[in-house]
Amino acid sequence: MVLERSRAGVTPTGPEVADATPDAPAPAQAPEPEATANPAGAVIVALAQYYPRLGDVGANLAAHLTIIGGAAAAGAGLVVFPELSLTGYFLKDQVPEVALSLDSAEVGALRDASRESGIDIVAGLILESERHQFHNASLYLSGGEVIHVHRKVYLPTYGLFDEQRYLAAGDRFRAFDVPLGGHPEHHWRAGILICEDLWHPSAAVLLARQGVDLIICPSASPGRGLLQGESVGTASSYDVMTRTYAQLFTTYVLYCNRSGFEDGVGFWGGSRVVDPVGAVVAEVQGAQESVLFHSLERSAIRRARVAYPLLRDERNDVNDAETDRLRRRRARG
Amino acid sequence: MSTTPRPIDSDADALAVDAAFVIERLRGFIADGVRKVGFERAIVGLSGGVDSALVTALAVSSLGTDNIVAIFMPYRSSDPQSQIDAFAVCDSLGIVAKVVDITPQVDAYFDRFPDADRTRRGNKMARERMSILYDHSMAERALVLGTSNKTELLLGYGTLFGDMASALNPIGDLYKTQVYALARALGLPNSVLTKPPSADLWVGQSDEDELGMRYAVVDQVLHLLVDERRSRAEVIALGFDPSEVDQIVARVRGSQYKRRPPVIAKLSNRTIDREFRYPRDWGR
Repeated sequence: MVLERSRAGVTPTGPEVADATPDAPAPAQAPEPEATANPAGAVIVALAQYYPRLGDVGANLAAHLTIIGGAAAAGAGLVVFPELSLTGYFLKDQVPEVALSLDSAEVGALRDASRESGIDIVAGLILESERHQFHNASLYLSGGEVIHVHRKVYLPTYGLFDEQRYLAAGDRFRAFDVPLGGHPEHHWRAGILICEDLWHPSAAVLLARQGVDLIICPSASPGRGLLQGESVGTASSYDVMTRTYAQLFTTYVLYCNRSGFEDGVGFWGGSRVVDPVGAVVAEVQGAQESVLFHSLERSAIRRARVAYPLLRDERNDVNDAETDRLRRRRARG
Repeated sequence: MSTTPRPIDSDADALAVDAAFVIERLRGFIADGVRKVGFERAIVGLSGGVDSALVTALAVSSLGTDNIVAIFMPYRSSDPQSQIDAFAVCDSLGIVAKVVDITPQVDAYFDRFPDADRTRRGNKMARERMSILYDHSMAERALVLGTSNKTELLLGYGTLFGDMASALNPIGDLYKTQVYALARALGLPNSVLTKPPSADLWVGQSDEDELGMRYAVVDQVLHLLVDERRSRAEVIALGFDPSEVDQIVARVRGSQYKRRPPVIAKLSNRTIDREFRYPRDWGR
């Protein structure tokens, strides 16, 4: 694993803020690590269904550090925070005011927490590039470094959403290896999809082709269509998507939604862990602030892929050929 | 068009509410909205009608009886039944309403403008009530809760800067028929559930007479137009009276100004609410 993240004061290696998954093309098919003598590694994950203070990065960072400490003390190897957990969601003109760079003191505090607490962290923020583009991003921090940045690709700009007015879109879905569970010889492979990214199945397909074991989905999903109950509202869509992706790609899905209200819009919570056969194995019932703990088992992934060898049978060659054909046709106009 | 009109009442299901779930959500909304701006208490103007009864019940459920200030503000021509019903609501919720008679201040004003018609007088009463609520909001450190429902807001059937004014409105996304459903679920007194809706701004006033339509129909048409984004022609094809549909469409358009902040003349590069866009919950 190449760690290209720079700590504060160190010149980034890239033209922009260096990317942990650099521009080199991702392998079409993930290289398969050999199974170790102990494939049954397990790791406890903590999903922090947190209620950020809108626009108050300092208060949110302090709350993050408290939750991180608590999750680490409870034995978790990974704590996931929701989308824009350091800033809140409906920021509007606050976007440039709350934006952080990877070299900021705030990100530095999260790096330190990941090193000192020995826990990996996924946290959401407005990430400013050196060219002053503002991204809705989630960072994966481990051992004192930012080892992956996902910049949200699909920025919803319809209904109550207005992200494209304020934000720049990301342009890649990259998997990355993380030494979860203290098995550095057998990394878990993870990918991040932020909220609306989940609504575009091609994003999940791209992560699956890179061999992910774990799709991490930080979310700030507002409840709507609620008059006839949550079962017909937004929550039901996420229920279908998280279970479907977990089952079809035989991966764990960690869905971490936020809590609270902004300008009268309530976020519905419902953070959950879905196992690699599509079963919801842990879930927060409701929208209240809480931290959900669950132990992920590598053996569950193995069992799922023995029972359903869907990834083995996936015809990426057919997909590639058809995609090429469509691309050529589009190029011809 | 070959569409067979379906019976109008078949759309009523679209307005069904999961009362327990919505009530829980609104309890959270009130508690969050009141506390995040540094208040512990809320204030409601009780009229004796179902809207303010529901808002008061939700607020009591959310914040507790000690944290609700309910004010009943009658005028000398108010229907005596309004006070009986308002007090019944308070009794059922375990709170006591404060009574502020608005007759002296309203009459003092119209002594100087004796020719004012009943609409002016009704609007004035609504604005006097608003000013009393905001004064008590300061005195009691209690945030003003709104009681305008979605039907009224869409039709513009309310007084601008009067009963439409509030800090938080828990029921502004609920049609009148849905307000009744929640009020029933919360066990509010039967008298407020069964009497004909009225703003009670003059003797014998009735919402449905004044609108010329029944809420049951208006709510279905609004739901189709607003929530389902059906066209006028589609709504009429479903069997609704074209003249009523047109009247509703006209009222919604004609009252848009009431649902927006005042228009600001654009001069600078960064005009409030145009380029200067911050959430209301800025930093909260």
